[in-house]
Amino acid sequence: MNLLQEIIAHYNHWIIIFLMVSGLYIVVAHGNMIKKLVGLSLFQTSVYLLYLSPGKILGGTPPILSDQFTVYSNPLPHVLILTAIVVGVATIALGLALVVRINEAFGTIEEDEIFAEDEDE
Amino acid sequence: MISAHLPALQVVLPLLGAVVCAFLKRGSWAWLVALAVSLVLPAIALGLLYQTYEGGTISYALGGWRPPFGIEYRVDIFNAFVLVLVSVIGAVIMPYAKRSVEHEIPEDKQAWFYAIYLLCLCGLLGIAITGDAFNAFVFMEISSLATYALIAMGRDRRALLAAYQYLIMGTIGATFYVIGVGLLYSMTGTLNLADMANRLAGIEDSRAVLAALAFLTVGISLKLALFPLHVWLPNAYAYAPSMATVFLSATATKVAVYLLLRYFFSVFGVSVIYADLPVSWIFLVLSIAAMFGASLVAVFQANIKRMLAYSSVAQIGYITLGIAIANKTGLAGGIVHLFNHAIMKAALFMALGSIFFRIGSVRIEDLAGIAKRMPVTAGVFVVGGLGLIGVPGTAGFISKWYLGLGAIENGWWWLLMLIVLSSAIAVLYVGRVVEVMWFREPSPVAKKAEEPPLSMLLPTLLLTFATIYFGFDTFLTAHMADLAAQLLLTGGR
Repeated sequence: MNLLQEIIAHYNHWIIIFLMVSGLYIVVAHGNMIKKLVGLSLFQTSVYLLYLSPGKILGGTPPILSDQFTVYSNPLPHVLILTAIVVGVATIALGLALVVRINEAFGTIEEDEIFAEDEDE
Repeated sequence: MISAHLPALQVVLPLLGAVVCAFLKRGSWAWLVALAVSLVLPAIALGLLYQTYEGGTISYALGGWRPPFGIEYRVDIFNAFVLVLVSVIGAVIMPYAKRSVEHEIPEDKQAWFYAIYLLCLCGLLGIAITGDAFNAFVFMEISSLATYALIAMGRDRRALLAAYQYLIMGTIGATFYVIGVGLLYSMTGTLNLADMANRLAGIEDSRAVLAALAFLTVGISLKLALFPLHVWLPNAYAYAPSMATVFLSATATKVAVYLLLRYFFSVFGVSVIYADLPVSWIFLVLSIAAMFGASLVAVFQANIKRMLAYSSVAQIGYITLGIAIANKTGLAGGIVHLFNHAIMKAALFMALGSIFFRIGSVRIEDLAGIAKRMPVTAGVFVVGGLGLIGVPGTAGFISKWYLGLGAIENGWWWLLMLIVLSSAIAVLYVGRVVEVMWFREPSPVAKKAEEPPLSMLLPTLLLTFATIYFGFDTFLTAHMADLAAQLLLTGGR
C-alpha cells in the first residue's frame, strides 16, 4: 500500500521519465531524420517538466509579497525553462534547416538510404 | 576601472562582433571586424591570467547582482589558463582564415561565416568563464549551435550529414547536462557552482546527487568526445571548412574537458569522485581504449583530415587519462596536454588546410611527393606529427612526461608501458603520411602545388614554433597546469 502511495505521489516523475525515455527511443530507433528531431524535441520537453514540477509548491502563490500569503512558489525554474525553450526552438529550427538541405543534396531524408548512397561513391 | 570589467568584456566583445558581422555584406569587412575582436581577446585573457596569478580568484557579479543570486563570472588560475588557450588560438587563426575562407565559402556567405565563428568563440569563452551552472548550459548551446552551422558550411555534401549527426548527439549531450543541473538544483536550490559545492556537503551520497553526477558526466563526455561517445567527431572534423576544423579541434573539446574537471573537482569534490565512486577506473579504461582504438583506426584512414580527427580522439584519451591517474602530477599532465594538443593539432590542421587550399584534396594518394613543392608546409606536418608522438623537444613530450610521472607515483608501471606503446601507434599513422609526402613521386596534383600565401603560412609556422618552444620552456604551460591541478585537488574554486 505504502509503495503504491509512493508511486502515485511522484506521478510527475513518472510522466517525466516516460517522456524522456520515449523521446530518446525515437531518436535511436527511427531512420527518418524528421522523426528523429521530433524525438529529440520530446526528450528536451521532458526536461522542462523536470525543472517546472518541483518549482510548484502546493498552496503556494506567485511570489508577489502580500500579507495574505506566506507560501510562495519558486519562479526561477520558469525563467530558466523559458531560456531552455528558446534554446530548444533554435536547435530544432537548425536541425530542420539541415534536413531541408540534406534533402536537396541527397534526395532523401532516410538515414539508411543516404548511407547506402554514400558507399557507392 | 576597465580592468575590473575584463571578465564581462571577454564574452561581450565576441557577441557584439558577431552581431556587427551579421549586418555586414562584404566578407572582407566581416573579416576585419572578426580580426579586431579576436586580437583584443587574448589581451583580455592574459590580463585575467595575470590578475589571478597575482591576486587569486576574481569574482565578477554580472549586471551588479550579488552572487549567488545573480550570475557570477568567476576566474581562477585554471579557467584563466583555458581562456588564454581559446582566445590565443582564436587570434592566431584569423590571419589564416581570410584566404582559406575565400577559397572554401561562397562570397555571399562569408560574412555569416565570421558571425557564426565569433558566436562560437563567445560560447566557448562563456563556458570557461562563468560560475553558474545554467549559464554554462546556455553558452554551451550557443557554441554548439554555432558549431553545427560552421560544420554544415563545408563544401562536401557529407558535411551536412556530419552536422546533422553532431546536432543530434550534441543536443542529447546538452540535455543530459541540463538534467544533471536540474537534479542538483532541486537538491541544493542554487545554480552558482561555488555555492552548490558548499550546499552539497552532507548530501553527496543521496541518490539524486549521484544521478546528477552520472548525467553530467555522460552529457559533458559527449561534448568532449570521450571514447566511445566520439562517433560524431571524425566526420564533423573531416568535412567542416578547414578554418572551422582548426578552430574546433583546438578549442571545443578542450573547453568541455574544462567543464568536466570543474564539476568533478570544484562542485563534487575529490572525495566523492575518487573515494566513493569508481570514476578513476571508468576513465582509465575509456582513456586507454581511446588511446589504442582511435589511434589504430587513424592508421587506416585515406582521408588525412579524418585521420587527424581520429588522432584527436586518441589524444583526448591522454587528457582524460590525467583524470584517471588522480594525483597532482597526472592531473597536471592532463591539463598541460589540453594546451599542447591544441597547439599541435591546430598546426597540423592548418598545414592540411594549406595543402587543401593548393591542391583541393586531403586524400593520401594526392599528397604523394608534395614535400617537393611545399617543403615548409610538409615540414610543419613533420614537427606537428613528432609532437603527437611525444618526441622529446616537442610540447607533446612534456604532457606525456607528466602523465608518465603521475602513473609511476601511483605505482602503475604498466600504464607507463601503455602510454609508450600507444605512442608507437602514433608513429605509424604520422609516419605513413610523412613517408608519402616526402619520399614518393609527386602525384599529378602535387606537381602543380606551391607554398600557400604568407598570410596562411605565418600563423602555421607560429604554432609550429610554439610546439617546439613549449617543449623546452614550460613556464606558461606546465607551471600553470601544476597550479591549476593543485587548485582543483584542494577543492578550490
